[in-house]
Amino acid sequence: MATQVTVASTERVANATQAKVRVEGVEVIFDRDGKRTEVLDNINLEVAEGEFLCVLGPSGCGKSTLLNTIAGFLSPTAGRVVIGGEVVSGPDPRRIFVFQERGVFPWLTVEGNIGFGLFKLPGEERERRIKYYAHLVGLEGFEKAYPQELSGGMKQRLEVARALAVNPDMLLLDEPFGALDSITRLTMRRELLRIWHAEKKTIIFVTHDIEEAVQLADRVVVMSARPARIQQIVEIDIPHPRDISSTRYLELRDGIFEQIGIAHKI
Amino acid sequence: MKWKQPLGPAAFIAFLLVWWQVELSRQAVHPLPTPLQVLAGLTELIAKGLLLKYVVASLFRVTWGYVTAALLAIPLGLAIGWYKRSEMAFNPWIQVFRPISPLAWIPISILWFGVGDISAIFLIFLATFFPLLVTGINAVSNIPEVYVNAGRNFGLRNARLVYHVLYPAVVPQLIVGMRIALGIAWLVVVAAEMIAANSGLGFLIVDARNAGNRYDLVVAGMVMIGVIGFLLDIGMRSFETIPSVRWGYSED
Amino acid sequence: MSALSQPGKWEKFFWPLLTGSVLLAIWYYAVVVTKTTVFPMPVSVVKGTVELARKGVLLNYIGDSLHRVAVGYGLAAVLGIPLGLMLGWYPAASRVVNPVIQMVRPISPIAWIPLSILWFGVGDSAAMYLIFVGSFFPIVVASTNAARNVPSIYRRAGRNFGLNRASLLAKVVFPAALPQIIIGLRISLGIAWLVVVAAEMVAVNSGLGYLVMDSRNSGKRYDLVVAAMLMIGVIGLGLDFGFRWLEKIRSVRWGFRQES
Repeated sequence: MATQVTVASTERVANATQAKVRVEGVEVIFDRDGKRTEVLDNINLEVAEGEFLCVLGPSGCGKSTLLNTIAGFLSPTAGRVVIGGEVVSGPDPRRIFVFQERGVFPWLTVEGNIGFGLFKLPGEERERRIKYYAHLVGLEGFEKAYPQELSGGMKQRLEVARALAVNPDMLLLDEPFGALDSITRLTMRRELLRIWHAEKKTIIFVTHDIEEAVQLADRVVVMSARPARIQQIVEIDIPHPRDISSTRYLELRDGIFEQIGIAHKI
Repeated sequence: MKWKQPLGPAAFIAFLLVWWQVELSRQAVHPLPTPLQVLAGLTELIAKGLLLKYVVASLFRVTWGYVTAALLAIPLGLAIGWYKRSEMAFNPWIQVFRPISPLAWIPISILWFGVGDISAIFLIFLATFFPLLVTGINAVSNIPEVYVNAGRNFGLRNARLVYHVLYPAVVPQLIVGMRIALGIAWLVVVAAEMIAANSGLGFLIVDARNAGNRYDLVVAGMVMIGVIGFLLDIGMRSFETIPSVRWGYSED
Repeated sequence: MSALSQPGKWEKFFWPLLTGSVLLAIWYYAVVVTKTTVFPMPVSVVKGTVELARKGVLLNYIGDSLHRVAVGYGLAAVLGIPLGLMLGWYPAASRVVNPVIQMVRPISPIAWIPLSILWFGVGDSAAMYLIFVGSFFPIVVASTNAARNVPSIYRRAGRNFGLNRASLLAKVVFPAALPQIIIGLRISLGIAWLVVVAAEMVAVNSGLGYLVMDSRNSGKRYDLVVAAMLMIGVIGLGLDFGFRWLEKIRSVRWGFRQES
C-alpha cells in the first residue's frame, strides 16, 4: 500500500480568502502544419497568495506550456486563467517569468539588467532598488560586470534580481536551475527560499526534479505525460528549513515516486 | 499553402513596375526608361540574337575564372588552414591583397593579357581566388576539435582522417563560401567586361550608352544581370539542401 | 589543427616575414628574368610612393576616396539598418520584399555606372551613389538576419516587463542584433572600399582608383599603378582592423565567438 499523502488543505490555503491564481478548464492544443497536438487537457488549479507551488512532471509533458499560459505568453485553446480577479490576456509586469540563465540580456551589465524593468522610475529610486536587489541575491560588487563574466549560478541570480526589482505579484520560474551543476543547484534552492521568505511573493516553479519539488514547495502538482493532466496534488507539510533525511520528507518523496511509477532502487 | 507563397512578392513586384511606368509617363523628360521601353529593348536584343550571345559570353568567362580559382584556392586553403604555421605565414599577406579591388588590377591585366577574354577571366579569377582561399582556411579552423579527436580515437591517420572527418566537416562551409564567391564572380564579370572586353552583358551596358544613349538597352542589360545573378544564387542554394550537408546549417 | 607542437610567439612574425621575403624575391627575379620594360621593380614602387607622398597627391587622393566611402556607406548604413530590422521583425514584409532585394542585389554597382552618370553627372555624387548601392543590400540583408535571429526569449522577457512595440525594438531587438549587424557592416565596408576604387576609375578625377587608371593612361607609370594598388590594400586592411577593434567593445563582445 502506498504511503499516505495528504491532499487536504493546510493552514496556508485555508487562510487565503481568495485564490490568487485560478486556472479554469484550460486546454491547449497546438496546430502546426495541420498536425494537432493536445498538450494540456482540462487543467483546473488554484494557487493561494504567497504560496510556493511546484509543477512537477517529466520533460516535454506540457508543464512549461502551462506556465507560459499562466504568464500570458500563450492563449489557451479553451478555458481561462484568472489572476487576482482579472482574466489573463497577455504578459504583464505583475507576473514575471524567469527563464534559465540564458534569459539575462548579454548587452547590459548586472546593473543594467536589474534596472531593466524600472524605466518608469526616477533615477534615485531606480539606483536604490538596483542596489537593494543586487545585495539580496548576493551579487554585490558585480554591478558593472557583464553576464558573460558571470558563472551560471550568478546569471540565474541576476535573472531573479531583475524579476524582483519590478516588485511583481508573482514569479513564474521555468526549470531555472536546469543548466546548473547539482552542487550549485542545492545552493540556489536555499537562496530562492531565503528570497521567498524575505519578499513573500507567490511563486509557481516548474521542474522535472522530484527532490527539488519536495524540498521547495508548499504543494506539488504532479502532472502526467502529454496530453498533460493533473495526476495529483501533494501537500508538503514540512516546515522550512527542511531536513532531507527526515522520515516525513522521504515519505512524501517516495509517495511521488510511486505516483509517477518509478522504483526506489536503480 | 505552397502555391500562395509567390503571390505576395509577385504582387509587390507588379506594383513596383506599374508605379514605375505610371510615374515616368507623367513626366516630360524621362530620367529612366519605362518598363515598357525596357521590355521592347529586351525583345529587340533577343530578335537580333545578341542577348543569347552576350549572356553566353559572360557565363563563359565566369565559369572559366571561377572554376580555375576554386580548383586552386580551395585545396590550398584547406591545406593552409590545417597547418597552423602555414596559416601564420600566409594570412597577413592575404589580408593585404584581399581588399585590393580586382578592378584595380585592370591596368596590369591589360598589360599582361591585353583586352579580351583572357583579361576578363583573369580578373574573375583574382576576384574569387581570395574569398575562396579564406573560405577554405576558415572551414578547416572551424572544425570542432572533438571531431578530429574522435577520428584519431578510432585510429584514423592522415589520409583517412582527411577523407572521413575533414572533408565532410568542411563541406557545408565550403558550399556557402562558394555561393558567395559565385556572386562576387558575377559582379566582377560585369565590371571586367565594361572595360576589358568586346562582348557580354557588361559590355552591352557600356556600349548601349556610348553608341547612342540607348538607356532602354542599358536597363534591359541590368535586368538580365539581376535575373541571371539571382538564378545562379538559387542554384547554389539548392546544394545546401542536400541532406548530407544540411546538418551544417542551423535552422533558418 | 595538426599534431605538431604549439607555435611560439616569435613565429607569429617569423613566418609571414619569410613568405613575404620569398614573394618579394619572386617578384624581383620575375622582372629581371622576363626583361620587362614596363612592370616595375619592388624598389621603384617604393620610390613611386615616396614621390606621390612628397607631391601631396597621396594624402589628397586617400582623403578623397575615404570621403566618398564615408558618405555613400554612411547613407547605406543609416537607411539600411532600420529597413533590415523592420524586415526581420515583420516576416510577412520580408517575404514580400526579399525577392526584389535578391534580384537587384546581383546587379554589380559597376553596372549602375551609366545610369548614375546620367542622373548625377560625372563627379563625386555618382561615385557616392555607386558606393551606396554596393553597401546598401549587404547591410539590409545582414540586419534582417540579425533581427530574425534574436532569440525569442529576449523578446518575451521584454514584453513581460511591459515594453511596447517601439521600446521592444529599441531596447531589446536592436542591442541583441547589434553584433551581427556589426559583422554585416564590416563586410559592407570591405565592399564599399572595393566599389570606390571601381567608381573612381570611371567617374571622377581624384582618389586612389583614379590614380591607378591615370598613372597608366598618362605615361605608363606602372610603378605608380602598383604603388596605388598597395596603398589600396593597406588602407582596406586598416579599415578592417578598425572594425574588428569595434567588435571588442564589451556591450557587443558577447555576440562574437572567442578568437583563439
